[in-house]
Amino acid sequence: MSCSVTVSGDPHPGGSEEGRPLGRRAFLGIVGVGISSLWWGGRALDLVSQATRIAPESVRSAIPFGQGWRIYSVSPPYPRFDPATWRLRIDGLVAAPQELTYAQLGRLPRAEQVSDFRCVTGWSVDNVHWTGVRFADLLAAARPLPAAKALTFVSAEVPYVDTLTLPQAMASDAMLAYRMDGSPLTRAHGAPARLVMPRMYGYKGVKWVQRIVVTDRVLDGYWEQRGYDRDAWIGHSNGL
Amino acid sequence: MTAMPGSVTPTVSDARRVARFGRTERTLHWVHASAFFAMLATGLVLYLPVLAQVVSNRPLMKAMHLVAATAWLTALLLVAVLGNRRALGRTRRQLERFDADDLRWLRGAHVPQGRFNAGQKAHAVVQAALAVLFVVSGSLLWLGERNTTLRLPGTIALHDVAMYVAVVLVTGHIYMAFAERTRPSLEGMLHGTVPAAYAAEHHAKWTPDAPAPAPAPPPPGAGRTTARGGLRGALRVALAAAIVAAGLAGATLLVRDVFAADGNAPPPAPAVVAPG
Repeated sequence: MSCSVTVSGDPHPGGSEEGRPLGRRAFLGIVGVGISSLWWGGRALDLVSQATRIAPESVRSAIPFGQGWRIYSVSPPYPRFDPATWRLRIDGLVAAPQELTYAQLGRLPRAEQVSDFRCVTGWSVDNVHWTGVRFADLLAAARPLPAAKALTFVSAEVPYVDTLTLPQAMASDAMLAYRMDGSPLTRAHGAPARLVMPRMYGYKGVKWVQRIVVTDRVLDGYWEQRGYDRDAWIGHSNGL
Repeated sequence: MTAMPGSVTPTVSDARRVARFGRTERTLHWVHASAFFAMLATGLVLYLPVLAQVVSNRPLMKAMHLVAATAWLTALLLVAVLGNRRALGRTRRQLERFDADDLRWLRGAHVPQGRFNAGQKAHAVVQAALAVLFVVSGSLLWLGERNTTLRLPGTIALHDVAMYVAVVLVTGHIYMAFAERTRPSLEGMLHGTVPAAYAAEHHAKWTPDAPAPAPAPPPPGAGRTTARGGLRGALRVALAAAIVAAGLAGATLLVRDVFAADGNAPPPAPAVVAPG
């Protein structure tokens, strides 16, 4: 007896159209599992990427499988950093506006931390080693005025900006970083200095910072003008 | 009759060819193939830091990726509207049904196969499912940038994993297209026909049509289209034109959106209040 089954109602029995519609079931199954993974896939990929830790770091950083950097930018090309001409301006509501060279930035009290980086789109990088300067130390010489409430970080990548309230910027794990994982920041990661705010999503981490403006109110950053939450707390904002 | 080692024995009967893929099927295949590689190339630049540093123009790559996606979907609709839907339907039914021999073949037995062997069927089924998942996850990635309620925790994971699976499958697919034993199958996708001997050896249960020597002769009275046939043809053309117009409009909107979002609007002027 043949195993081939002609499903009743099939207008084309016989020939090479015989057999059970296993392919259709597989198709629907894969699509169904795939769509359900929109809710569990992020966590699953996180678990899988834990297992890829046995791979060498060079491989893992080249192929982001769950864990790994993806370079986001909004307006090409990436800004170029020239140590001779680069200046970090600190102005706005301050008693003494500052202009720091790269060398001067490096001479400020140095802070180190290991923290996780999470992007709002779902990827993350754990245990990033950052070296930089805390905002209390960075702003000390400029002396913010009593009316100061917030900071605007202006990127050399026009028109990217983002903001933090002063209390947010004073968090113990917020910093302006100029080294990452033991080396100076690379161009793609925002050389020479970027904002690091580990408890908020990565779009707060302005790269290629060239100016910090002290303001009397919080302004919308680049992505906030496009509907993202201003307080980008991980797990408590942007619908996540 | 001398057999050349490693090649199909050249015989007189080898000159005989059988029709394997019609124009509609071939068009559908190459639409998929070119769209896949266009989106893979631009997508990898968006995805791999190494490539992102070489081609640091993310907005351009993103726009090209989205335009390729729009062109792909537009072309699929056009194939469905203008192509031979009956042939497509027949091929779909052949691809989605597995008979007892197919299941034995998948377990490694050398049993006669139909027009498609079970491996080709499985490949087509998975690729079709991946196409749907790419569209769903890709659309959600785009929408999530604009509406945070549409940002789901696994969207990027789904798009990534679908890419990995597709790359593995396509690599195997291309290998089979060029491997010595199965290379004649590539001719079927390029020109529509394969050697009869190849079909007999690899697809014994398939009874192919002989290739039409010339375009099918017009049926009697075809020169004078009936009113109904003419109306249907005009409707098809109108629908195709609407699809092209929608595709062009969609692509324009996507490109404008990508570049406008990254345009040169000045940063919001921070409120600097004079001290005092």
